[in-house]
Amino acid sequence: MSTISLTVNGIEVVDVIDDRTTLADFLRDHLNLTGTHLACEHGVCGACTVLVDEVPIRACITLALSVAGKSARTIEDFEDDPKMQVIRECFSEAHGLQCGFCTPGMVLTVRDMIQRGRCVNAQEIRQELAGNLCRCTGYSGIVKATELARDRIKNSAA
Amino acid sequence: MKAGKLNYHLAAGLDDAIALNLAHDGMAKYMAGGQSLMPMMNLRLASSEEIIDITRIPELGQSRAMGEHFFMGAGITHAMIEDGKVHDPAQGYLQHVAHGIAYRSIRNKGTLGGSLAHADPAADWPTALLALGAVAVIKRPGGDVQIPLADFQLGLMETCLGEADLLMGVLLPQLSTSARWSYVKFCHKVGEFAHSIGAVVLDTTQGLANAVLGAAGDKPVLLPRLSAKLSQGMRLSELTTDAFTALLEQDIAEQTSHDKSSYDFHLHKTMITRAVTEALKK
Repeated sequence: MSTISLTVNGIEVVDVIDDRTTLADFLRDHLNLTGTHLACEHGVCGACTVLVDEVPIRACITLALSVAGKSARTIEDFEDDPKMQVIRECFSEAHGLQCGFCTPGMVLTVRDMIQRGRCVNAQEIRQELAGNLCRCTGYSGIVKATELARDRIKNSAA
Repeated sequence: MKAGKLNYHLAAGLDDAIALNLAHDGMAKYMAGGQSLMPMMNLRLASSEEIIDITRIPELGQSRAMGEHFFMGAGITHAMIEDGKVHDPAQGYLQHVAHGIAYRSIRNKGTLGGSLAHADPAADWPTALLALGAVAVIKRPGGDVQIPLADFQLGLMETCLGEADLLMGVLLPQLSTSARWSYVKFCHKVGEFAHSIGAVVLDTTQGLANAVLGAAGDKPVLLPRLSAKLSQGMRLSELTTDAFTALLEQDIAEQTSHDKSSYDFHLHKTMITRAVTEALKK
């Protein structure tokens, strides 16, 4: 067991955890932030995507202790995020989700893609989103939603 | 799907990391980004009771020119190379390779050194850096050593790293603007481990002419006949000749265990041909 202290969604957190605890289990089981989903647990599906120091990582293959002192942001922290508000609307409009299980990881990844300018066309979007699996086979909707969000965010910034 | 019991140690420096490992009789495991090690530990394919986190060792994040070479720290992430935050001494080659590794959220954590030390035969850096003629810089308890990448990886997930040895980084040649390179891989799905990789690096000013086949066996292999042919100044038109096909088939047959009539053999042949075509077109 070790003591961990880090910032989660802007709040300083101190806890005592088993060393083997992943960041995903820490967020879900210790902090009750269950918006971070766990499916494959070996870094393939992208459902557990969270931001650490503002870049997306996979919480299921990250030891919680390895991010001590850093700042983590989960899907719960994006309620009022202007870009995420647009992305949410677009996912709703373009049928970018069905069951919603992959959605927290999807929208966090899409937000990062838009920020890095890595969604020029549908092909690039599909390549960049290859690490996020949707088992409802909603990729066409997700690609459309991403294109829509990219354009709206660009227009609102101009 | 959870890792087994382990003790986590955070290394403050290179000496600290090695001392921590020696304190556990060299049985501890260094972890950088952990993007291969953690999945394997979750799947219980790998286990280590002592994990030493080396991501916060300042020296491992450094990159600088060292004489004729360029040193890249083992802790540099794929994303840093992809984004051009680290100088690419190979005229865009490293940036191209980095962009194609797995997914962005993996690239944000996965490191150059971690990929080499993990030594997956289908990983990108072992193949890409072998073609570049990189040299591994290793911190060894008895004294630092430099080992060419051709002698670094011994086989399937096996390297020459001793029990407490720590890979500090790689020495890379600084390619000239006239250098030509290509790196092509075949994946069924974007981001998965490749089924075949072809890498070609040509720089006459450096005397560099390497064609490497990856994901074809226990470790990436240099194709000697093709490399020699490339160093003699091969022309694009020669690619379609029977002589070239025979040479390539001989190289692949000798360096892999695939039957000539198999799908794999054909795939490797196709990827190498594509790589050579791309490099010669530059």
